[in-house]
Amino acid sequence: MDFAFMQEAFLRLIAGVPLTLNLAFTSIAFGAVLAMLLALMRMSNIKAFDWPARAYVFVFRGTPLLVQIFLIYYGLGQFRPALQELGLWGFFREPYWCAVLALTLNTAAYGSEIIRGGLQSVPYNQVEAARACGMSGFLLFRRIIFPIAVRQALPAYGSEIILMVKATSLASVITMMEVTGLAAKMISQTFRAVEVFVVAGLIYLVLNFAITRIIMAIEWWLSPHLRRPPAVEPRLEAAHV
Amino acid sequence: MKFVKSVGLALLGTALAIGGAPAQEKTVKIATEGAYAPWNFTGAGGKLEGFEIDLANDLCARMKVKCEIVAQDWDGIIPALQAKKYDAIMAGMSITDERKKTIDFSRPYAAGPNGFLVPKDSPLAKMPGTGQAYNLGSQKEAAEKAIEAVKPLLKGKTIGVQGSTIHANFADKYYKGTAEIREYKTTEAHDLDLAAGRIDAILADATSIIGTLEKPEFKDYVLVGPSISGGLLGEGVGVGLRKDDQELQKAFNEAIQAAVQDGTVKKLSEKWFKVDISPKG
Repeated sequence: MDFAFMQEAFLRLIAGVPLTLNLAFTSIAFGAVLAMLLALMRMSNIKAFDWPARAYVFVFRGTPLLVQIFLIYYGLGQFRPALQELGLWGFFREPYWCAVLALTLNTAAYGSEIIRGGLQSVPYNQVEAARACGMSGFLLFRRIIFPIAVRQALPAYGSEIILMVKATSLASVITMMEVTGLAAKMISQTFRAVEVFVVAGLIYLVLNFAITRIIMAIEWWLSPHLRRPPAVEPRLEAAHV
Repeated sequence: MKFVKSVGLALLGTALAIGGAPAQEKTVKIATEGAYAPWNFTGAGGKLEGFEIDLANDLCARMKVKCEIVAQDWDGIIPALQAKKYDAIMAGMSITDERKKTIDFSRPYAAGPNGFLVPKDSPLAKMPGTGQAYNLGSQKEAAEKAIEAVKPLLKGKTIGVQGSTIHANFADKYYKGTAEIREYKTTEAHDLDLAAGRIDAILADATSIIGTLEKPEFKDYVLVGPSISGGLLGEGVGVGLRKDDQELQKAFNEAIQAAVQDGTVKKLSEKWFKVDISPKG
């Protein structure tokens, strides 16, 4: 291990971090909205919504992300005249948007199942209690169901976010120079695969470490009932005189 | 007990089979990329084909060894050689000083300049220097002048190159800042993107561009720009070998020299490239 070289590699690869995080968080943001929509469709008990959502989840969870990226980028690239007519070519021309689209569609499929699990795990007695207090409809969803569901879904959704940060490495196959893309380029110039990939791995590790801490903090914030109550000084009152 | 006995017998049988094989039948494992037509590519039946596959078989016959040709992704092709996954690389790899720091090469078995592939109706199709050849090693000034002459036309355009190649290094050195350089894993990938109109031009080996131009989808495209070789672009294409493998290097050198002298390389080159790119002198 040559530490001077690894330091040089670190400085070059760190330049890819903004793009890695940009791809991950843009697609997680769009993906979460789509996931919520899909989860509500699945739980709507209306076949016309339920079945398309099931089919979507089946297709995007059942095929590799790499294949999806290739299909969206190179596959749709073959239909340029049709896309130009629809005015969509400006979007599909850019590798960045193709990567964001593929990552978004993929994470939405996984995310919708996590959210559905969260929503279904809300205990029914809580809902009944809320109804007894006079809440219904959106108010019930906003005040009771959604907060509890988020709390239940957060650990699994945290894993999904970490998976997405790692999944951005696949964007290098469509010319996006994020951390893995830069690593591959540096290896091709130096032929020192071990050092460069160790550094790339460490960068992902640090990013994901930060993300796990943030998720843990949110979990802590959302679960006051699981925290130990603050120690209260026993009041020195004479209970019995 | 019976199980142990049968396993023991099987092991004994294997040992005998290995020991009994003729010792002189040495196997040389050669890696190629399988995605760089017409140098090497995966044919319709899933079999490796191309100039280098034919040449490798010819060279192995001359060296009296058994050849096994395997496909390996381009960007890991040198690290895997060092990790002894195979013994030699024949994958259109140019002999450069940069690569020589890590591996050794045989003498060149081909020489090939680069060029641009652009659509016929693009302004780039009128690129200056088309049809002129320059050697970046021996005619540095003239070659760099020809490169400068191309720059105004490339301003703000996007050029596709295959990553980890001499062309990527060449584009980084001379055209970065003028044009946007995008790096692809394979030449097939940048060909697809040129056809889709995501990039304006491809900078690649002229022989590889000639291969692309043979596909019907590329009938409205043309090879333009000065033909640059030498210098940063290397001394030609050779067999990549591990540094400590002098015996194999010597065998390859002798076989290549013989194949060049008796016209085999020229014949194969004309078969696959339609032009003679065998090394001269």
